[in-house]
Amino acid sequence: MKVVYVNEEWCLGCHLCEYECAFANSGDTDMVRALKDREIFPRIRVEDGENDVHFAVNCRHCRDALCVKSCIAGALSKTEEGAVVIDREKCVGCFTCVAVCPYGAIMPDAEGKAAQKCALCTDNLMGEPQCVKHCPNRAIVFEDRG
Amino acid sequence: MRYVIIGNSTAATFAIEGVRSVDGEGAITVISEENRPAYGRPLISYYLYGKIPAARMNYRPASFYEENRVEVLLGARAERIDPAAKKVVLADKREIFYDKLLVATGSRPFTPPVEGLETVTEKFNFMTMDDALALEQALAPQTRALILGAGLIGLKCAEGILHRVKELTVVDLAPRVLPSILDEEGASLVQRQLENEGVKFALNDSVLRFSQNVAHLKSGKKVAFDVLVVAVGVRPNVELVRDAGGEVRRGIVVNERQQTSIPDVYAAGDNCESFDFSTKQNRVLAILPNAALQGECAGKNMAGGKAAYLGGAMFNAIGFFGSHIATAGVYEGESYVERGENTYKKLFYKDNVLKGFILINNIERAGIYTSLIRDMVPLDSVDFDVIKRAPGLMAFASKVRGEKLGTRRER
Ligand SMILES: Cc1cc2nc3c(=O)[nH]c(=O)nc-3n(C[C@H](O)[C@H](O)[C@H](O)COP(=O)(O)OP(=O)(O)OC[C@H]3O[C@@H](n4cnc5c(N)ncnc54)[C@H](O)[C@@H]3O)c2cc1C
Repeated sequence: MKVVYVNEEWCLGCHLCEYECAFANSGDTDMVRALKDREIFPRIRVEDGENDVHFAVNCRHCRDALCVKSCIAGALSKTEEGAVVIDREKCVGCFTCVAVCPYGAIMPDAEGKAAQKCALCTDNLMGEPQCVKHCPNRAIVFEDRG
Repeated sequence: MRYVIIGNSTAATFAIEGVRSVDGEGAITVISEENRPAYGRPLISYYLYGKIPAARMNYRPASFYEENRVEVLLGARAERIDPAAKKVVLADKREIFYDKLLVATGSRPFTPPVEGLETVTEKFNFMTMDDALALEQALAPQTRALILGAGLIGLKCAEGILHRVKELTVVDLAPRVLPSILDEEGASLVQRQLENEGVKFALNDSVLRFSQNVAHLKSGKKVAFDVLVVAVGVRPNVELVRDAGGEVRRGIVVNERQQTSIPDVYAAGDNCESFDFSTKQNRVLAILPNAALQGECAGKNMAGGKAAYLGGAMFNAIGFFGSHIATAGVYEGESYVERGENTYKKLFYKDNVLKGFILINNIERAGIYTSLIRDMVPLDSVDFDVIKRAPGLMAFASKVRGEKLGTRRER
């Protein structure tokens, strides 16, 4: 299955993926209107470290995902293709998933009332992962590695 | 192949999925005492709180049983297992024959022997949707509610009903709230937050005697109430297996494949023991993720697959009125502490591994800590100074991180 992979050697730490992610999932068609003067809550997050090390982290869509097993509401599930998705109508915001994800890739949403995670841009109107599409250095790719 | 499952909650649901991942053909029959499809049991407090409507509490989509070709006997209680005849006898005398049987009976509320408890007319447990609905019916704006037990279930119940009652008191023998998962400092923070919301506590105290609507406490206090909720703990439902000759200690004894000592009989979930790798002992780990993992493992093995459940650790994510708490493992060894006005963080480490943590209102990316415990990651292989302050992947060696972010992950 195709998943988003990250190569930290290529990551410049520009955080553009975070903005593109926030915009893609804002439901808005105008990026400026969607993001200007707003705190963003992207589903992909860049870590910045010493010695110019940067990398983005988002859902790994694990084959045997612990978040799916741990969800008290049955709000997390796997699609037929293998993507891990969340039904936010069912999520009660207990954040058990946040406390089990080994990658720290699932997080409270902007209101803090439900969890949010990357669904590979299948749950918005973009059609393909926007973090990948807009990464200026191709540090983020969308590939089938098994 | 005839698969029979007793119980229809988390362990059973994952067992169905486990069976079907291996065997698309065999017949699956589920015997469920509760008269409704599986629902997220922990959601009953969220239902009363108004966070989720009953219609969305189903644990799986409505098509689940049909799609997996499962026959569900709702409102049916299994009374006896006959391992020689390989059948389950129901309370209504029906007999269900099995080739492979899973006992996923979970746990039931424990009722403490308190004098006069039988004189209390409005008393409830807090385990099932039926309990929640009955409790809901009994509450009115003038109600004074009393909850026995300041553990996870008692306090979730308190959160659920506080806005529906006039007064709410929680009594517990322990000197602090959530005694099984919090230390003193963490507990006092959580207690303060709950008190600010209006919950009253009588801790380090217990009910000596009930006389109808009055609880006489050991401290001498008297608490008048209209509705009582008993949430002092749960007991595993082991009887079916024990009476059939299966080995039972505190919970049903199972091996790594979730097999009981009775041939072709499996057990999974709150009713059985598992290996707790943080204490290196077998114990009942009555939490939902454990039931899911064990149920899935049992289902796969019943269908002829090769799955192993190697153990788990205590783990909880809980919150009240907007707060968020995550805890895991055991609290031993050295510790690292951070405190803020409304936040608390304590990490416990020993012998070069993270043993446990308590996080209050700073749970973001806590799963990275959980994975350090679960995978027993040697702390000298990560930058502990970095990760103890903020959980992140930066603290791992670049090569390890490359695998985490550059290969398809099993988990
Ligand atoms: C209010 C509340 C909040 C909770 N919150 C959390 C939480 O936040 N996180 C967490 O990890 N865990 C939580 N738990 C615990 C969690 O619900 C359990 O760990 C989980 O439900 C265990 O699943 P199970 O399938 O083993 O058994 P159960 O959910 O206990 O289900 C067992 C089922 O078997 C049925 N049964 C029993 N005997 C028979 C019989 N003889 N014949 C037919 N049917 C039978 C029962 O009626 C029941 O429906 C909570 C529990 C409660 C009550």
